[in-house]
Amino acid sequence: MNTKLLMGVMFAASVAFSCNPPAAENQQSTTTTEETQAGGQEAVIDDDSQKDIVKIAVGSADHSTLVAALKQADYVTSLSNAGPFTVFAPTNEAFNKLPAGTVDDLMKPENKAKLQDILEYHVSLGVFKPEMLTDGQTINQANLKNITISNKDNKIMINNQANIIATIPAANGVIHVIDAVLLPPDK
Amino acid sequence: MKQSEIKNVLLASAAVITIAVMPSCKPKNVSTATSGDAAQKAYVAPGKYDEFYNIVSGGFSGQMSIYGLPSGRLFRVIPVFSVDPEKGYGYSEESKAMLNTSHGFVPWDDLHHISLSETDGIHDGRWAFGNANNTPRIARIDLKTFRTAEIIEIPNSAGNHSSPFITENSEYVVAGTRFSVPMTNGTTDVPINTYKENFKGTVSFINVDKESGKMGIAFQILLPGVDFDLSRAGKGKSHGWFFFSCYNSERANTLLEVNASKFDKDFIMAVNWKKAEEYVKAGKGVKKSVSYAHNTFDDKTHTATSTIEKEVIMLDPKDCPDMVYLMPCPKSPHGCDTDPTGEYIVGSGKLAAVIPVFSFTKMQEAINAKNFEGDYDGLPVLKYDAVLHGEVKKPGLGPLHTEFDANGNAYTSFFVSSEIVKWRLSDLSVLDRVPTYYSVGHLCVPGGPTKKPWGKYVIAYNKITKDRYLPTGPELTQSAQLYDISGDKMKLILDFPTIGEPHYAEAIPAELLSKNSTKIYKIEENHHPYVTKGEKEAKVERKGNEVHVYMSSIRSHFVPDNIEGVKLGDVVYFHVTNLEQDWDVPHGFAVKGANNAELLIMPGETSTLMWKPDRVGVFPFYCTDFCSALHQEMQGYIRISPANSNVPLTFSTGTNQPPIN
Repeated sequence: MNTKLLMGVMFAASVAFSCNPPAAENQQSTTTTEETQAGGQEAVIDDDSQKDIVKIAVGSADHSTLVAALKQADYVTSLSNAGPFTVFAPTNEAFNKLPAGTVDDLMKPENKAKLQDILEYHVSLGVFKPEMLTDGQTINQANLKNITISNKDNKIMINNQANIIATIPAANGVIHVIDAVLLPPDK
Repeated sequence: MKQSEIKNVLLASAAVITIAVMPSCKPKNVSTATSGDAAQKAYVAPGKYDEFYNIVSGGFSGQMSIYGLPSGRLFRVIPVFSVDPEKGYGYSEESKAMLNTSHGFVPWDDLHHISLSETDGIHDGRWAFGNANNTPRIARIDLKTFRTAEIIEIPNSAGNHSSPFITENSEYVVAGTRFSVPMTNGTTDVPINTYKENFKGTVSFINVDKESGKMGIAFQILLPGVDFDLSRAGKGKSHGWFFFSCYNSERANTLLEVNASKFDKDFIMAVNWKKAEEYVKAGKGVKKSVSYAHNTFDDKTHTATSTIEKEVIMLDPKDCPDMVYLMPCPKSPHGCDTDPTGEYIVGSGKLAAVIPVFSFTKMQEAINAKNFEGDYDGLPVLKYDAVLHGEVKKPGLGPLHTEFDANGNAYTSFFVSSEIVKWRLSDLSVLDRVPTYYSVGHLCVPGGPTKKPWGKYVIAYNKITKDRYLPTGPELTQSAQLYDISGDKMKLILDFPTIGEPHYAEAIPAELLSKNSTKIYKIEENHHPYVTKGEKEAKVERKGNEVHVYMSSIRSHFVPDNIEGVKLGDVVYFHVTNLEQDWDVPHGFAVKGANNAELLIMPGETSTLMWKPDRVGVFPFYCTDFCSALHQEMQGYIRISPANSNVPLTFSTGTNQPPIN
């Protein structure tokens, strides 16, 4: 598959490019013995393994808003972990459907907890493949609020609001691409 | 559009990767993760002693390992539930019985958790306990000899995970079933999907003799078919209670990943064990016919014996009111930890983004006021809000386990967000957080589970070490990370690999153990039936087709070292006594072609290797532990003749010379 190959090449190239520190920095680092890498598992350089949820999301131009939000919420490290997770991943278009200014507002540092809550509402612990999503099923999300599944003739919706438009298996779980942002109920 | 087509579109769009959103390129050379004086803080100079012993579970290695803190130096791996050819454990005739079970000899298990014996809620340095997670057992390790002294099997149990946590005077260690199993209707042969009707859980209370440490199953409690995960005894004001986390209150028997995560709350179970003792005394227990092995190692005979026991006392909460209560706890709780005062019980819903903290005082009030929200399989369920001290909000993702310092602070590990979060018990405020590398499981603060935490460090036991060390193929080591907690902020000071997969660990001040450590076994106290107390007592005896070699070893020879007259079909027992009375001078023993392992014999000890020669010839044996400058000379031969040969049985050292012409 050419697209896959292209993606792999782009990925490898960008990793190689962006992670090679200038020589001067390298020399500096040899003078100290106590330094460690500050990143989480997202910083592990590994082009052989199946891609995890974060790497897939980062590689998708349709999910740049989600990726930016995960970074702002400090959830990049978490979603690079062993999981397993089911992530309902709204597209950029889905975020654009929110009232004007909503995303900008959520990205403000003072709204970090709210942003975290919304993102947690998109994450289930455990791997829920499409065939396991049944009509009327509720799933308790990472923020302890439920989502409700409807499944009519394999057309799967979340909270009667978001459609699953694609499903992508990941090394640490599964991504369901959805066309609307899920907003947690107040209570 | 088909899903696969959409996927192609997505993948194609991946070509537009922007470096700006790449998460993987945090600068490598920032020293945010370790403090500048880290090396100095973890450094223990050559010849100097560490401040703490760290007694660490070996997970799927089945063993326990002993490290020094703060250096992270590995001192010893204690064989517990798995055979260890290096030490002859499970291979020598004397040690085989330690691994006997009702299923016969089991050479492996999965050791998850450690608890150290306590007196008045403080480490007393006598014993360490470990649990076997697969074939349910509890082991007691003698902290004078650092050897496994006793193993008791737990009947009516499967997956002994919620174990071996201990009460404040070592009255009991507990064993809670992870797997519930069929236990009703008089048969265990039932369809798996009758789980809800037929499967039950148990928790066992194993008493520990105050003097000898010897264990016995005092009673078991029959419980609904949930999965018990972890547990902690009450202490101080909550002494007399025991708290167990449980998940799978859905009682799923398949795909628990999904089916045991449906409910937003599971439970922490509170057991009033003093009440349970009263019920046992009052005869409320039912004697159940069971079969379980109880194995002890005698330091005088240097030999293990295994006894099969046949009965346990089972208490059913239905007959024993006010003994068991449930507290709702968010999402599949793992850790269930009581603070040093005994007032707070910290639940860690591993799928949750809050840490619920329960109050023992409120729990007592709620019980007295019968403030129940209902019952679960007949067990009263207390109202969540009535027993809650409060929740730590948004502490991180995937809280697993909490330890404490002596200053009212708690340290919780977060698997999913890969970090340790320090928070204050009184107002539940988050004080500090540090990343772990990566995916931390349990934590250990020296004395953290006791009434008197020694503090100073928190150690994270990590499941994943991708890219942390030089790679070693697909299988990588797990790791421990040491953080200095003496200041307000946690500081990473050391990172070291571990044996097996470390789950829980404890740490204890070095002087509590080091001063009692055994140096030698006294030869005059050796009551092994095949002991050789001096070279003059060495001999070889034939009993039918058994040949017993009473052998001594001392620097640098065996007596005897030439043995003849053994025939094919004989079974040879080498009973080797190490005559040394000098610290750190073990001798080993190995014979060519033996189908088991070496012996590693401590000074004053006797150990036996069984050997069935499979062919005629002359077979060398030698000392395997470098004992002296003439270690390489410490060797001998045994001659195996045909079954019908008439070579006389002879043995000697130093005299079997060629005839002089």
